[in-house]
Amino acid sequence: MQTKKQSLAYIISASSVGTLIEWYDFYIFGSLATVLSTKFFPTDNPTAAFLNTLATFAAGFVVRPFGALVFGRLGDLIGRKYTFMVTLMLMGGATFAIGLIPSYATIGAWAPILVLTLRLLQGLALGGEYGGAATYVAEHAPPERRGFFTSWIQTTATLGLVISLAVIMLTRASLSKEAFDDYGWRIPFLVSIIMVLVSLLIRKNMEESPMFEQAKMEGKISKNPLKESFGNKLNLKYVLLALFGATMGQGLVWYTGQFYAQTFLLKICNLDDIQTNMILVIGLLLGTPLFVIFGALSDKIGRKGIMMAGMIIAIFSYRPIFDQMYKTVDITHKTVVPGSEKMILSGKTTTVSKEFTDGSSYKNVITEVSTDKTESKITIKINKTDQWTLIGYVFCLISFVTMAYGPIAAFLVEMFPTKIRYTSMSLPYHIGNGVFGGLMPAIATFLVSNANAAGTLEKPYLEGLNYPIALISVCVVIGIIYIKSDKKASL
Amino acid sequence: MNLIKRILGIVWIGLGIGAGIYLIYFQAVPLWAKGGNDLVPAIIYTFVLAPLISIGMSLFGYYAFQGEFDKI
Repeated sequence: MQTKKQSLAYIISASSVGTLIEWYDFYIFGSLATVLSTKFFPTDNPTAAFLNTLATFAAGFVVRPFGALVFGRLGDLIGRKYTFMVTLMLMGGATFAIGLIPSYATIGAWAPILVLTLRLLQGLALGGEYGGAATYVAEHAPPERRGFFTSWIQTTATLGLVISLAVIMLTRASLSKEAFDDYGWRIPFLVSIIMVLVSLLIRKNMEESPMFEQAKMEGKISKNPLKESFGNKLNLKYVLLALFGATMGQGLVWYTGQFYAQTFLLKICNLDDIQTNMILVIGLLLGTPLFVIFGALSDKIGRKGIMMAGMIIAIFSYRPIFDQMYKTVDITHKTVVPGSEKMILSGKTTTVSKEFTDGSSYKNVITEVSTDKTESKITIKINKTDQWTLIGYVFCLISFVTMAYGPIAAFLVEMFPTKIRYTSMSLPYHIGNGVFGGLMPAIATFLVSNANAAGTLEKPYLEGLNYPIALISVCVVIGIIYIKSDKKASL
Repeated sequence: MNLIKRILGIVWIGLGIGAGIYLIYFQAVPLWAKGGNDLVPAIIYTFVLAPLISIGMSLFGYYAFQGEFDKI
């Protein structure tokens, strides 16, 4: 029994580490998007600027369902272990290669094209990785503890973001600003190859999933997983149910809580980027253990109830929480320290700054881009108390994420039979998370900027939340009515 | 409960079609006209979200209406 426990711990660790690294690889692109845009996507070239927007906001996410199809099929045909070794190598290779691409100034248009291509490969790899890891762990786990064991895989998505932010902050802190802008930004990409190689060595010794092995021995492997998953009404209806009744809402809760919170603080509240990342990292680390707690709880009281509760709480809490986050940073109700207001003119740049009695500060750098166009960059810094208030709000958002996301792997693997599990569970997961969730921060920011431009709403900064709230509400209705309360399923 | 599931099937079909029309005509078309960087959300609305929601939701609604989810 002890041996079995140890081997299960090894299986979870080896699977989780690989998935964690894939998330890290995927996130550093987004976290370094501003630097990447200056190196590969010059703003004076409209095509490059377009490719930048595409690469940063859409390509990596939209391509994930295709990765789920390609690698899911492979996983159901040749096995889980080999497939997620391939996805790990693909992700690691693509990430490492991004760190080696010469800048636009050196190779011209090839630079943005190569970056976009590698970003697509990252998305494909991620599309194949998660389903494999979740399936692999679930197929090893005892049925009564499947939620608990698969929840460790769920923590990797959040920890991957924490590690990516930590590596970037560490690299920035170790180098001068000039050195980081010159070559330092490549380090987080290049470091990835070491982590991937270590993970490959760990995974190399893993054995194939026992259920897949048994199905293979009995000749029950699917000959055409794609056709069986999506060409067969019996399975397709479950794929649609998993998408519209679970992963769509779960993906939106996740991306609203984890990523839109960051975008909201940075771009809509204009909070300082170091403060924003610190708030996010602490909030994420405090919330991460809840993935395992809710995963384990789902083994006791069922998966559906916890996931639906997380989504319902999110629907009713988003507007008040984001409203309070905005008001915490908002300087319009704060008192300016007399004599602290300054205006410095330097060439085409004007810097306006002021300080407030509560310890907050405001800086606006206005740059004249052309005779009729100026660019403004506002940065607000807040005091320690307000920082902890924001950490508390982020923690609340992350706790909703853990409720919706913690049990989802176990929930999905229990919906589909072994022979088409990898393919069938990966697609709804990556449409829900990659497309509905992944595009959420960009769509919400777009809705906020439209509301600001219209100027007719009292709280335009909350308009971006309409998108997740509407779709999560539909998902909750479908989930409650159509998804049966859990059964202790044997796979 | 099964009757509710089936009746709601019609709602999902309507919602899918309505969402598709809204995304194409009220969101994507103005963005296509603007061009530039607005083409990215236009492409996403037209080729990703609209087909996914309208086809996927309508098919889900059709199955629900047909009673495919009665025994789930």
